[in-house]
Amino acid sequence: MSEKKPPLLEVDDLSVTFSQRGRDPVEAVSEVSFTIGEGENVGIVGESGSGKSVTSMALMGLLPERGVTVGGSARYQGKDLLRMSRRELNRIRGTEIAMVFQDPMSSLNPVVTIGTQISEVIKRHNRVTSKQAADRSAELLDRVGIPDPRRRLSEYPHQLSGGIRQRVLIAIALACEPKLLIADEPTTALDVTIQAQILTQLRELVADFGTSLIMITHDLGVVAGLCDEVHVMYAGRIVESADRRPLFAQPRHPYTGGLLQSVPRLDSPRDEPLEPIPGSPTDTLPWSEGCAFQPRCSNAVDQCLQQTPRLEPDDGRLLRCFNPLEGGGRDR
Amino acid sequence: MTDEAEDHHQDHDRDIVLEVSGLKVHFPIRAGALIRRQVGAVKAVDGVDLTVTRGRTLGLVGESGCGKSTLSKALLKLVEPTEGTIVFDGEDISHTRGEELRRLRSRMQMVFQDPLSSLNPRQSVETLLTEPLRAHGIRFDPKTKVAELLAQVGLPSSAASRYPHEFSGGQRQRIGIARAVALEPDLVIADEPVSALDVSIQAQVLSLLRELQKDLGLTYVVIAHDLAVVRHVSDDIAVMYLGVIVEETTSEQLYDNPMHPYTKALMSAVPLPDPVAEDARTPVLLSGELPSPANPPDGCRFHPRCPFRQPTRCADERPELIEYEPGQRVACHWAREIASGEITAEEPEQ
Repeated sequence: MSEKKPPLLEVDDLSVTFSQRGRDPVEAVSEVSFTIGEGENVGIVGESGSGKSVTSMALMGLLPERGVTVGGSARYQGKDLLRMSRRELNRIRGTEIAMVFQDPMSSLNPVVTIGTQISEVIKRHNRVTSKQAADRSAELLDRVGIPDPRRRLSEYPHQLSGGIRQRVLIAIALACEPKLLIADEPTTALDVTIQAQILTQLRELVADFGTSLIMITHDLGVVAGLCDEVHVMYAGRIVESADRRPLFAQPRHPYTGGLLQSVPRLDSPRDEPLEPIPGSPTDTLPWSEGCAFQPRCSNAVDQCLQQTPRLEPDDGRLLRCFNPLEGGGRDR
Repeated sequence: MTDEAEDHHQDHDRDIVLEVSGLKVHFPIRAGALIRRQVGAVKAVDGVDLTVTRGRTLGLVGESGCGKSTLSKALLKLVEPTEGTIVFDGEDISHTRGEELRRLRSRMQMVFQDPLSSLNPRQSVETLLTEPLRAHGIRFDPKTKVAELLAQVGLPSSAASRYPHEFSGGQRQRIGIARAVALEPDLVIADEPVSALDVSIQAQVLSLLRELQKDLGLTYVVIAHDLAVVRHVSDDIAVMYLGVIVEETTSEQLYDNPMHPYTKALMSAVPLPDPVAEDARTPVLLSGELPSPANPPDGCRFHPRCPFRQPTRCADERPELIEYEPGQRVACHWAREIASGEITAEEPEQ
């Protein structure tokens, strides 16, 4: 985590609490802090319920106002995104920060052509004529690898395949050359060969535009080749943050280690037994009572039930664990 | 049915549970307001040969739309095959129907992708697990049978009186598996058994499937889009593309020596959770997307996207599955030249 320039985005102690009348408030995300510099790619990895998507929604100001309390700060170029007026936020979203969602069918308007949807973004943020916007749209579609972009402009989302739709979303997100792109499971709904195409293009595009990327995913394989730094989330908190190479070579948090050992790998001997993490992501302990991962942890000690572990620096990485793994994961 | 009884009337050394040859499943496309004429067909499965050996696992991989689910349904006779034969345990079942088919079904079971939609939410686990037994008129002791089935899949016996919504995804999949093995079937077909589950849970279910296979001597056909998952659970693997099998081999050989260009592309597309390996490899990227099975390309079905495409044969001659290495059959005209490096991949145009 070397910092030469001031970071582009600095998230500090972000928390999101959902409250509903008659029920106890639920803290979906807490104590989330990370920074992302210009041109950096950061991965946030977690399973369902880990708070990874809520984190991104909070950053983009996409959470409903009622019943949601967002705490902490997210300073984008020195300004707090969480305290910004709607007007300011609207100016930043799309031009400076853009987002790509998992399901392209539900994030595209089904009754508007692809061309209109891309031009809309361009015209919203730039003073251009419709003709110029259309030209730029075609150019963008070409950039994201869509064949015959001119013809595609007049098509509707239902006429496109899942992979093309996802590319259209990426094109929309990149329309104004944002400084930061948040991609929330952008390839989860796609087939692997299409996923490989899109990830390769995404990597090239963010490098070309100099865009910083926050990649949110459940798939450790997706971040392994893409992100400089990886944050692993469990039950709403970051449990381990490290550069990708040390993280994968030697996971220290038992959850990270468990995740790596519970996925079958294409390149490992076939008979290598998997070591599943027992229980399910719903078997958690409230963080206030100890470590949320304790009920599933193979390394748990008594302390895990008595004290809440804090995210502390540990040999070049950040770790939230009382009894971390020693010699690394898979290649023992 | 015990293994001994099986062994008596099968005297090959390879005891074959399921043999499929020339299987085709076409869905008609009809058009016309008054007179519905058939104007074409979606060729979901278009000429598949498969052999499943007892006690082993056959993995079927392919992307969405390649026909793997239709094939699995045809194997269970949930859809009527258009052409070809299915021989189950020495008996041709291609045209079996009615009561005879119903009896046969007790010996072939299915595990579905989404346990929440395949388990009746209004039935307790006990009812869910005993229903197949009752449907097939098998006598059992309700007390011990349910507890035994639950124990087999690693659930507490207290689960019996609960309902599907009270369980997590992984536990629900265990119930689905318990239901499938309740009848002690000869063949279990699992369609994407782990793809709806969280990463940390997938391994639990995969391990369970393996244990059950060992304990009960089950034969599996596992269908999945995730090559790493398929490779982990399967002994043999068949790779499907657009209704046909393009490569069939053992699990070990598949990783060491994939021969068909599509298999190569599929393998290189699977992201590895290892930055060093990720940085080192060069993916075989495919251009374009899966063509429509209603109008599949002539010749080799993969040729429009194939990075190894050659000017001759590929576009006009349909390749047959040919054994290139022992135990490895490949449907590619140029498999040998590609393997020897005479033909190299072209960069796809983006």
